[in-house]
Amino acid sequence: MAKVPVQFTLNGSERAEFVESGSTLLAALRDKMGDTSPKGGCLQGTCGACTVMVDGELRLSCLTLAETCNDAQIRTTAGLANGEVLHPLQRAFEDAFAAQCGFCTPGMIMAAAALLERNPNPDRADVVEAISGNVCRCTGYEPIIQAVLLAARANSTSAA
Amino acid sequence: MKLSKSYFADERTDDFVEIGQPRPRSDIRGHVTGRTAYFADRTFPGLLHLKMVRSPHHHARIRGIDTSEAEKHPGVARIITAKDVPQNLYTILILIQVGPEDEHVLAEDKVRWKGEAVVAVLAETARAAEEAAAKVKVDYEVLPAVLSIEEALKPDAPIVNEHHGRNYYLYDSGECRKVRFGDAEKGFAQADHILEESYSSGPIEHAPLETSGCIVTPEANGRFTCYTNTQAMFFTLDNASIILQMPGHKLHMVGGTVGGGFGGKVDVTVEPVAILAAKLTGRPVSFIYSREEEMQVSSPRAAEKIVIKDGVMKDGRIVARQVMAYIDAGAYSRHSPYGAQKSAAHFPGPYTIPNVAIDSYCVYTNRTPSSAMRGFGVTIGDFALEVQTDKLARLIGMDPLEFRFINAYRDGDMKAHRQPTEGAALIECMQEASVIAGWPVDERFMKMSSQTREG
Ligand code: FES
Ligand code: FES
Repeated sequence: MAKVPVQFTLNGSERAEFVESGSTLLAALRDKMGDTSPKGGCLQGTCGACTVMVDGELRLSCLTLAETCNDAQIRTTAGLANGEVLHPLQRAFEDAFAAQCGFCTPGMIMAAAALLERNPNPDRADVVEAISGNVCRCTGYEPIIQAVLLAARANSTSAA
Repeated sequence: MKLSKSYFADERTDDFVEIGQPRPRSDIRGHVTGRTAYFADRTFPGLLHLKMVRSPHHHARIRGIDTSEAEKHPGVARIITAKDVPQNLYTILILIQVGPEDEHVLAEDKVRWKGEAVVAVLAETARAAEEAAAKVKVDYEVLPAVLSIEEALKPDAPIVNEHHGRNYYLYDSGECRKVRFGDAEKGFAQADHILEESYSSGPIEHAPLETSGCIVTPEANGRFTCYTNTQAMFFTLDNASIILQMPGHKLHMVGGTVGGGFGGKVDVTVEPVAILAAKLTGRPVSFIYSREEEMQVSSPRAAEKIVIKDGVMKDGRIVARQVMAYIDAGAYSRHSPYGAQKSAAHFPGPYTIPNVAIDSYCVYTNRTPSSAMRGFGVTIGDFALEVQTDKLARLIGMDPLEFRFINAYRDGDMKAHRQPTEGAALIECMQEASVIAGWPVDERFMKMSSQTREG
């Protein structure tokens, strides 16, 4: 089957691979680039577990063709922490008990990160809206909502 | 979090150190950094993808299978049918002597539910496997299907599963699990009121975010490593060993973090055929359910039908209970004979009832085999019991919480299935709940104790 080259920046590093034509960004990240933080929960755009950021926009990587991401800046949960220093969202998810099995967590955190980047002081309704495309079957959404609000508060305190 | 310690006052004088304290989950750091390893977070050179051809019918005889077109599809490495499986007939609980074997790993002569596995196709890519699977031709003679408990138990109903010979499981004790305690008929005769109600539920899918699956690699030492998200590692190991006629030491099962299970990952549905595929091809194999398969094919919680008849006195005591329960196993046993058995023991609920008669049937229908799910055999029963309890209280004009105090089991009470009650705390829980919920009950209930009976 025909292979096509893809080249993009993944969490700050230049990456290039050949992938099957028509393969998804999710498959390229997981199987070719070794970033397994985005998860495949449905492969049909309904669960949000595969959520990543492409050029600052949220994208479902299971519905994004890898070959359309050439030259893009791609960010995933695997690249959020600064070495051992966690991103405020990661810390908040830990503190607020916002994960059980953890399978939805990387996608949830990306959706929340996109929210905080465009709106550092969201209210509850903003958070609910922001994670409305991400399914969690274990934790229940309340601890997740609280974690995102906690991270927003932590951000604004550290900024002040 | 507020923790009430007064009930332990006699036992514990020291303060609790761990209980009541929040502690982070041990695996949380991996979750938030995306580093937790799930079974599918690995890939191997030469990995083959397995796609299952499934029955489109609820019940049909297989007249023939033609894989010739599928074999020619580009990228196809191997096609597996029933004759490739060393011990095709199995049942999970045979490990604890709950037989008979009643299910084929890959269908042979018949399919008994819509979604049953028939032919496994292995190809270089998931897409090629899917395309080739669509080219497998199975010639079916469609048979009449039984799609509800009621239909299954009609005298002239088609037989769902010949290995049972009847549409319900035959226990060593007879056609159902029975509990008999006191004399229910006598109890009904003395009751002031009788209430008979029926309750039913549909199947419920667990819908874990991570679908069921495994990846198997053949090792240089002749063993097979199986990375799986099973919730039942030893059921999987031992059943795979039986199905593949392979000693257990050849099978290295590797578990890990499960991306949600809720009981939906205790059946042995992916590993044996994936290990067989790795053996027959000498290559690593990945068999991962699509979202559609997870929703349609993985076993749900059983549908149930429960008929409860209670005799109750004007003063609030339940004096007799009779339950007829039917658990829909679907086409195969899996864990359902056990679920129905558990339900039988559970139907008196957390109440002390002197006269009890319970019959719990495990029924076969041409529906998706049901199996474990959080408290299976018990949860739907609890729904029925507690709705019934509210109705009983209403019938005699009593507050539903006070009614529960009157009937609550206490230490020393003999339960209907002959387990003496020990360490009961229902009364104390209800006392706390009454305060927290602002649902006051009479003073005499607030003075009750699980450890003694007043008067
Ligand atoms: S895997 Fe992409 S939305 Fe579910
Ligand atoms: S923590 Fe399991 S799906 Fe969200």
